[in-house]
Amino acid sequence: MSLSTSFKIEPRREIPRSLLYATPLLAVVLTVVAGFFIFLFMGYDPFLSLYHFFVSPLLTFYGLSELMVKAAPLIMIGVGLAIGFRANVWNIGAEGQLTLGAITGGVVALAFWNQEGIWILPLMCIAGILGGMAYAAIPAFLKTHLNVNEILTSLMLTYVATLFLSTLVYGPLKDPMGFNFPQSRMFGDSALLPILLEGTRMHLGTVLALLIAVAGWVLMTFTIVGFQIRVLGQAPAAARFAGFSRTKLIWLCLMISGGLAGLAGTFEVSGPIGQLIPVITPGYGFTAIIVAFLGRLHPLGIILSGLLMALSYIGGENAQVEVGLPQAVTGVFQGLLLFFLLASDFLVRYRIRRRAAVPQAVGAAQPAE
Amino acid sequence: MIKPHSRRHFLAGSGAAAGALALGGPAAFAADPLKVGFVYVGPVGDFGWTHGHDLGRKAIEKEFGDKVKTTFVESVAEGPDAERVIRQLAAAGNKLIFTTSFGFMNQTVRVAKQFPKVMFEHATGYQTAKNVSAYNARFYEGRDVIGTIAGHMTKTGKFGYIASFPIPEVVMGINAFILAARKVRPDAEIKVVWVNSWFDPGKEADATKALIDQGCDVITQHTDSPAPIQTSGSRGVWCFGQASDMSSFAPDQHLTAILDVWGPYYVERTRAVLDGTWQTSNVWQGFKEGMVEMSPYNKNLPAEVVAAAEKIRKGIIDGSHHSFTGPIKDQDGKERVAAGERMSDEALLTMDWYVEGVTA
Repeated sequence: MSLSTSFKIEPRREIPRSLLYATPLLAVVLTVVAGFFIFLFMGYDPFLSLYHFFVSPLLTFYGLSELMVKAAPLIMIGVGLAIGFRANVWNIGAEGQLTLGAITGGVVALAFWNQEGIWILPLMCIAGILGGMAYAAIPAFLKTHLNVNEILTSLMLTYVATLFLSTLVYGPLKDPMGFNFPQSRMFGDSALLPILLEGTRMHLGTVLALLIAVAGWVLMTFTIVGFQIRVLGQAPAAARFAGFSRTKLIWLCLMISGGLAGLAGTFEVSGPIGQLIPVITPGYGFTAIIVAFLGRLHPLGIILSGLLMALSYIGGENAQVEVGLPQAVTGVFQGLLLFFLLASDFLVRYRIRRRAAVPQAVGAAQPAE
Repeated sequence: MIKPHSRRHFLAGSGAAAGALALGGPAAFAADPLKVGFVYVGPVGDFGWTHGHDLGRKAIEKEFGDKVKTTFVESVAEGPDAERVIRQLAAAGNKLIFTTSFGFMNQTVRVAKQFPKVMFEHATGYQTAKNVSAYNARFYEGRDVIGTIAGHMTKTGKFGYIASFPIPEVVMGINAFILAARKVRPDAEIKVVWVNSWFDPGKEADATKALIDQGCDVITQHTDSPAPIQTSGSRGVWCFGQASDMSSFAPDQHLTAILDVWGPYYVERTRAVLDGTWQTSNVWQGFKEGMVEMSPYNKNLPAEVVAAAEKIRKGIIDGSHHSFTGPIKDQDGKERVAAGERMSDEALLTMDWYVEGVTA
């Protein structure tokens, strides 16, 4: 008898909580083990490579501060996206909303260039949030009024946002003293996020990102709105019977995720970048989708997954500098991590059972519905 | 393999100040090789821009052997990530760091302030500092040569140009190409497609297909992958390599390539650091100094076309020819450079207008 007939895969009735939280750790462990052998076969010292990948970036204050700088936008955006994903609202366009937030926040900074005042930075943040929200409002409107799939619209609008930013920095926002290179003036001091730790780039936004994640957790766990969002995602029919407004919740989810992405964009330009340039983000909006799922769509889990994802980038750069590992290894690592996470996810949701040797009853298959 | 254990623990122990302190550290080991770092915007295997810089890195290794140790970080995004990478290289004991894309400029200057004893060399920008030099090549001279060839080879009079970002360097290249081509074929025009990336083989190939479908029969590019060459080759359209010799991707159609030759400059600057004679400089070199070269001409090029191309190249070297000599009119037909006048370097380096014949 062949294997295919003696084993069968069946969905678990109930998903054990312990497995749900253990699998991301398992995925990380398996990634490290697989990475060990990849390094070994590539001819690099596997211990030294792993050390520079995962450990040495964490050994200095500077390394830790960089980890926060890199993880902050991922966490902020990831938390916003996760809230939507819980409600089956698939905002894939955080990259575009981030870009819009960078533009609106940046425009405020440039409008008050040469001026000082503690009100400039808060104004920029508000502008950034509104910019991101306004951009997410387009897919929200199309979804609620015309039933257009938000995956498609939010994703496509990302490219529009990038080109809009290019138009601005090649045109009206170009630094008049910048030799026609596509970048705005450097922001004034009042438009820059304060640095928390002298000699690093750790800005106020990194701490706010953590607070936002905690706020997201409170929203999802302790409020009625959070409950409604979860019900809408898990049982849309039940949500309807309970009288929850689907339209309102879709708007809410897209406004939260868009607003947070926009704020992350403002933080990027008023933090580590300090001006508007044609490319604001190295794909934070897309990476945050991975971060959201890696964190189990749980705001506190997203803090950890954001830090882990940031470490995989920084460790990848570090390993290039210290061991000479090729850059592609970073990509392979992230791919492995996702692969193992999805694979272990499969084991969480399904189990493999040896099929009993009784003949299958004719007509056992259930008629649909 | 060198395993810098001692330094690593030193760094680990000294916490936040590690970066700055590391500067003083390696000076104690006089026999240590000079560490030279490179930051690349693309992958070393791009067969174009970054590949060219990597050849320069290898030239340093070949010239100095054990006296140097080079390290590179590839595919670094222009923006905040670049600052961290440059800093990591400086903190890891590299004494000379080449940052090879325009978008690394502000980051290079910022890190340079924190590491006053590390020398930085930034490509294609305009900022310099006490320990930051700028260097660039006169790629437009090569565009002049390939524009001349294109003018001879085209049947339709339409050229396709796959461009990255409309920065002065790229605008200048487009203009040099069409100015040269229109001297041979006065009705020639050029269509530009912006892919908004330095390296995106997929987009570059798509842009190439679109341009060929619109009737362009010569394709040239200011992006770093060989995808346009491959596409042109498969469609039987003439094309020119960018930054490196790309003839292997379309042996029959690849007419020549503009080569970026960084090796001699890199070797010279490394020697200056080894000798302790490094000083801030800002150079813009071309055919004459050997920073720009043409790769071997394709055997399919008629002899008279090769002769016309060589005339341009030699004219530039001996100074009798300048790619931007008036009269030059812009897209609106307004005269921007008077007859006989040569554009100054300053005007070229800030060029943000297109000459007649460009559709961008």
